[in-house]
Amino acid sequence: MRLTRITTTTIATVLVVVPLAACGSSKSKTGAGDAKPTLTYWASNQGTSLENDKQILTPELAKFTSQTGIKVNVEVVPWSDLLNRILAATTSGKGPDVLNIGNTWSSSLQATGALTQFDDDTMAKIGGKDRFLAGSLSATGVPGKPPTAVPLYSLAYGLYYNKKQFAAAGISQPPATWAELIADGKKLTTAGHWALSVEGGSATENVHHAFALSQQQGGAFFDADGKPTFNTPQNVAAIKQYLDLMQSDKIVNPSDAEYSNGTEALKDFATGKTSMVLWQAAAGSLKQLGMAAADIGVAPVPLPSPTPAGGRRVTSMVAGINLAVFDNTKHKDAALQFVKFMTSTPEQQTLNKTYGSLPSVSDAYTDPAFQTTDVQTFKSILSDSAAPLPAVAQESQFETLIGTAIKNMFADAASGKTVTEADIASQLAAAQQQLGG
Amino acid sequence: MLDTVEAPRPTDADLSGSVGRRRPRRELLPYLLLAPAIVLELLIHIIPMLVGVAISFLKLTQFYLRNWKAAPHAGGDNYKLALTFDKPAGKALLHSFEVTLAFTLLVLAISWGLGMFAAVLTQRSFAGRGLVRTLFLVPYAMPVFASVITWSFMLQRDTGVVNHVLVDQLHLASQRPFWLIGNNSFLSLVVVTIWRTWPFAFLCLTAGMQSIPTELYEAAALDGAGIGGQLRRVTLPLLAPVNRVLVLVLFLWTFNDFTTPYTLFGKSAPRQADLISMHIYQNSFVNWNFGTGSAMSVLLLLFLLAVTGLYLLIVNRRASDA
Repeated sequence: MRLTRITTTTIATVLVVVPLAACGSSKSKTGAGDAKPTLTYWASNQGTSLENDKQILTPELAKFTSQTGIKVNVEVVPWSDLLNRILAATTSGKGPDVLNIGNTWSSSLQATGALTQFDDDTMAKIGGKDRFLAGSLSATGVPGKPPTAVPLYSLAYGLYYNKKQFAAAGISQPPATWAELIADGKKLTTAGHWALSVEGGSATENVHHAFALSQQQGGAFFDADGKPTFNTPQNVAAIKQYLDLMQSDKIVNPSDAEYSNGTEALKDFATGKTSMVLWQAAAGSLKQLGMAAADIGVAPVPLPSPTPAGGRRVTSMVAGINLAVFDNTKHKDAALQFVKFMTSTPEQQTLNKTYGSLPSVSDAYTDPAFQTTDVQTFKSILSDSAAPLPAVAQESQFETLIGTAIKNMFADAASGKTVTEADIASQLAAAQQQLGG
Repeated sequence: MLDTVEAPRPTDADLSGSVGRRRPRRELLPYLLLAPAIVLELLIHIIPMLVGVAISFLKLTQFYLRNWKAAPHAGGDNYKLALTFDKPAGKALLHSFEVTLAFTLLVLAISWGLGMFAAVLTQRSFAGRGLVRTLFLVPYAMPVFASVITWSFMLQRDTGVVNHVLVDQLHLASQRPFWLIGNNSFLSLVVVTIWRTWPFAFLCLTAGMQSIPTELYEAAALDGAGIGGQLRRVTLPLLAPVNRVLVLVLFLWTFNDFTTPYTLFGKSAPRQADLISMHIYQNSFVNWNFGTGSAMSVLLLLFLLAVTGLYLLIVNRRASDA
């Protein structure tokens, strides 16, 4: 009976995962009546492997247990499964007590109602919302509604460049405008060497860049009422500009169009095959990939000059990981204590230092480890020139539709076809219709 | 549906020893014995299928996931969305359907052909036949994920071995072609799937050939039939029952294949290789619109049921005519 395989695809995961999720929560149930409950925590994969994450988190959780007597069972969930697991938990009502979510899912997950609202009272219990960086807090839900998560690890996009290769090409400082980037790029592109690497086959990376570029052009993918406005001249110009780095400026290797696993572009940069990459804080990964620390330079993503009409000074999306409490938890107070612990200054310092991300509470920046130029660059990007992705419930559809459309256009450009503005406009129009807009 | 084995029914003789008293119990017993199977069948197949059908009439998005019984009724909206072929969603589904059909027919024909060819070649015994047969079966025995991910490495443009051989060694092309994006992605998908599928055809056909008595070949040879004649008049007709099942199973497996494209291309397949299973996955899990995803699944189910029904009708009629 192979026929049923597809029919049940829609619910199969739910049915398969429900028992698993139930197992997860049944552990916490044993502590229901106790004064000292046991929490289940789904952590996202932030380290080099799931095992690595577990090693990093275990001593921290032990600290929490010794402070409060509350035990925490941590399960590190890979990114490929996390959203499906959360959806299954939402459907069944049985899930973890506390969980990590990608901050771009915040509004979509807020709409499900499965996550506890952090209204002012709840916020007060974890130390108040003023502790958090305003930029990071903007990516925790739809504006005007109580957020359903708090920022845990903060990230932003920057322009990484290879100082040694820049010096060899006689370029003294990183490009501040796109025109400079293209001019530098042409100097840096030689036979077998490319100036910039992009993750052209990754829908997520594509849509993040398209978002920032569209902001710079004064565009938006959703209007104030949350209605999609994909097909606008600004959005077309933004996507065209991004594709043109490969298509007409020829400073990106066409092979990058098939880079999709989220590591290949960074690896090309780390191994010196390219001189620049637009990436989220990656100093740790770059060193692991064998790049000399002295060669790593980072600057904000370039801006257009002159600024287009209505253009905003946005060089990055607000990226990062949020921490949420599953609303069906039987131990809400314990869960909130855990959230307070994870967002406390010492924990923020320890964990963000280990993961190479940025603390989401301002107090944590007193640590000298966060006073380096690298971290300061990202901190100023996050506080001055980062904007959250559209806070609408259809956010994840938007990411998939636009990201995939750009991926396909990169594929066209790489195989020698010319992607025109009309092509982009028709793709955007089709994506918008698919969203029912 | 196809390969249900009918259990030998207890004959009256078996039970004749205790006619009078056991009669009523005998009527109950078969059902009692069947009950666990029926309950499991209901739980595992029938109920999820019906739930899937029910979901296809709902506007089930993330707003209602938590309590999907509260999701508003969509009536036929999900179906209308999928079947309006001049709108983007319907157009994309139709495109995906055409791609899948072409993909399935190619894979089916070539896999069967290769399987048949290899089975005939290894029919006569020769030194090392067992080894060759085992080698042929390796792609089928290997875990799908491991083998397909290896293919995806091999097919990469800059570092893949395929381009290394084609471009650097054989100089067949001046430009390094892409295999995982663009037009070639369809070809890559077909080749990888055939590589994975044909050993199964080979296995079934080899097994089928074991039951053909060698006397028939001897008799055919005496009557002057060459190798072609033996194949046409002895092998193929006697393999007909095997083929009837094999073709159908291969068709359904290939049409529904999800693991291969997902492993090869990741979450969003290139347009040219957008198989229907991937398409439905995207609509449900990536776009969070389970209603539309289910409606598409139900349409797919209806199509496959129609094909299967028609196919069985035709081959069974032909079999009973013969």
